[in-house]
Amino acid sequence: MHRKATVTLAVAAAFGLPHAATAQTQDELRTLREQVRQLDRRVTDAEQAAIQASSRPTGENAMNPAVSVILNGIYSNLSQDPNAFRINGFVPTLGEVGPGVRGLSLGESELALAANIDHNFRGTLIASISPEDSIGVEEGYIQSLSLSYGFTVKAGRFFSGVGYQNQIHAHAWDFTDAPLANKVFLGSQLNEDGIQLKWVAPTDTYFDVGVEVGRGRQFPAAAGPAGPRNKNGVSSGTLFAHVGGDLGTGTAWQTGVSYLGTSPQDRSFEDPAGKTNSFTGQSRLWVLDGILKWAPNYNPTYTNLKLQGEYFRRKEDGDLTSGAAAQTGGFASAQSGWYLQSVYQFVPMWRVGYRYDRLNSGTASFSAPLNAADFPILAAYNPTRHTVMADWSPSEFSRVRLQFASDKSRSDVTDKQVFLQYIVSLGAHGAHKF
Amino acid sequence: MKTTVRFVVALSSVVIALPASAALNVFACEPEWGALAQELGGDKVSIYSATTALQDPHRIEARPSLIARIRSADLLICSGSELEIGWIPLLLTQSGNPRIQLGSPGYFEASQYVVKLEIPKVIDRALGDLHPGGNPHVHTDPRNIAKIAAVLMERMAQLDPANADSYRSRGKSFLERWQAAIARWEQQAAPLKGVPMVVYHRDFSYFINWTGMREAGSLEPKPGIPPTPSHLAELIDQMKRAPAKVIVYSPYSNPQAAEFLSSRANIPAVMMPFTVGGTDRAKDLFGLFDDTIARLLGAVK
Repeated sequence: MHRKATVTLAVAAAFGLPHAATAQTQDELRTLREQVRQLDRRVTDAEQAAIQASSRPTGENAMNPAVSVILNGIYSNLSQDPNAFRINGFVPTLGEVGPGVRGLSLGESELALAANIDHNFRGTLIASISPEDSIGVEEGYIQSLSLSYGFTVKAGRFFSGVGYQNQIHAHAWDFTDAPLANKVFLGSQLNEDGIQLKWVAPTDTYFDVGVEVGRGRQFPAAAGPAGPRNKNGVSSGTLFAHVGGDLGTGTAWQTGVSYLGTSPQDRSFEDPAGKTNSFTGQSRLWVLDGILKWAPNYNPTYTNLKLQGEYFRRKEDGDLTSGAAAQTGGFASAQSGWYLQSVYQFVPMWRVGYRYDRLNSGTASFSAPLNAADFPILAAYNPTRHTVMADWSPSEFSRVRLQFASDKSRSDVTDKQVFLQYIVSLGAHGAHKF
Repeated sequence: MKTTVRFVVALSSVVIALPASAALNVFACEPEWGALAQELGGDKVSIYSATTALQDPHRIEARPSLIARIRSADLLICSGSELEIGWIPLLLTQSGNPRIQLGSPGYFEASQYVVKLEIPKVIDRALGDLHPGGNPHVHTDPRNIAKIAAVLMERMAQLDPANADSYRSRGKSFLERWQAAIARWEQQAAPLKGVPMVVYHRDFSYFINWTGMREAGSLEPKPGIPPTPSHLAELIDQMKRAPAKVIVYSPYSNPQAAEFLSSRANIPAVMMPFTVGGTDRAKDLFGLFDDTIARLLGAVK
């Protein structure tokens, strides 16, 4: 364009001034045209920007909470009858500890709603819809947003901070089912009605401590028809502390210790013989947990490794009433259990994992007039289980898993279990705890 | 209660060594925002970058160390537009820190202050991992960084009034140098205009828009879905018909797919720094664009 203008000017100069004047006007005109064109483009851009800014949703539903739904379905092939499932050596928790039903079945569907309530609180409701068409509140709590100094308060129903796995929703588990230790000590998963106070320390190394008080609505505080204790105070208390941080260029770790103390009253369980026994006394549970996650440069997209383990130890003492003998006597037990599991993502989307479970029924003492023979389920036995799994996650929102387990929860038989499962999430993008 | 809190705080500060207390603790979700806050804050700020150039900012674990750092932050700077949706909300609820919650002055989403591209008309997960608010990788256009710097500088002055003058004067000096650099980059990048480029993920859209380059395809079949053999085969066919001049990828993505396409279609594949720290030359924001442009010019000449 410049060269063209120069040529025009040169030609104009050759033919005299009047022509040059015309050429100048034309030049100006061209410049003006170009300016108008640029202005026009800027106006269009500004309009586009305004459209973008105004395209946010308005109206009554603009404040709707984030909604997400978890769907899962499973095919189970169990070599032993799941209706006869029990974990020998341990008090039945009456929780959902069994391997489920045989064949094809729908798993528990989850419906989650969450939003900031105002500048002070956040609210979360997670309802579980069971395949038997009943609906339950898995979690329903408010959480503080505006407390300072690293404090947060949670109130309502929530998964207790005891141990590590207990706080994780089933859809985010690395295996289809819970570790055996969680099954016998926490009835698979303990969600308590209560209040939690947690404090995060102002340090570069992560450190938290927390306390929970609760109603004791579930095992180990309560189980069976008597239900939670009918009292004004608290029936269950939990203390926990965690420390965690980074190691090198790709390892993150966290370890914790927690304590759950309850005083169950008329906590009942049925012996395989069909007699109902009940326990009143003290139950104290200690848990040590550790989690280690490795990913090259903390970028888990391609490969990553997860190592997780927990050790549980429980002491109970009090009075046990035997349904068979219709007698009450002293009872004390000290039991433990642990699991160790590892999951490795070797290429994007594909993971494999292995888990080993072991429980130790420990010592149980019965004082007169009780007789150990009246409690066959409590007879000494150390259950073990090996589990392997492989899963495929084509996106962050879907996963298909195949799992094999050799489960020696029952003292007399080995249950060979095969699970083929899908887990998907619809709706709002959830975030998962470390 | 208050005395208890004071006691606990006092005790903890005695027992455990506190992090270095600068005037303003900045928690940057991505390194580019850490670098920008450093330019504006100088020695008045202490900066923690939650991620590095080697991490995919879409997929970050809410690690304990991040909770520990966000707990003490006065200012949180993220790209926003749902880039950090998988981890920041969790860190926020666990932080026990009201200063950086959504709606507080200490919560800063950079993408809010620029015109966003690629706002999806249809939002559906079948289309991949979409960002309903628009493409969040706004920092790849230096003009956006200038706009964000102007807002961020005022935000820092608001949060730390004692040093307000320092933020403003540093900000002014930065913007002057930045505008000069933009003029220089635009001149250097002139040959890139119209050049077709294959991207890995849609993380260079703002850069493409700025330089007038042309996106000729992406290695991901859909946003957030890793490259598949069938999609790569399609791309190879497409490159035969209308060859691109260059394939780019970020330091956090696996170079395999880019190299595969590069060897099959005979088009150079170039790792871009993408953010500060992505390459040795991209030490700061200036180096980031110097190196980005130099690498592209080197590949397409």
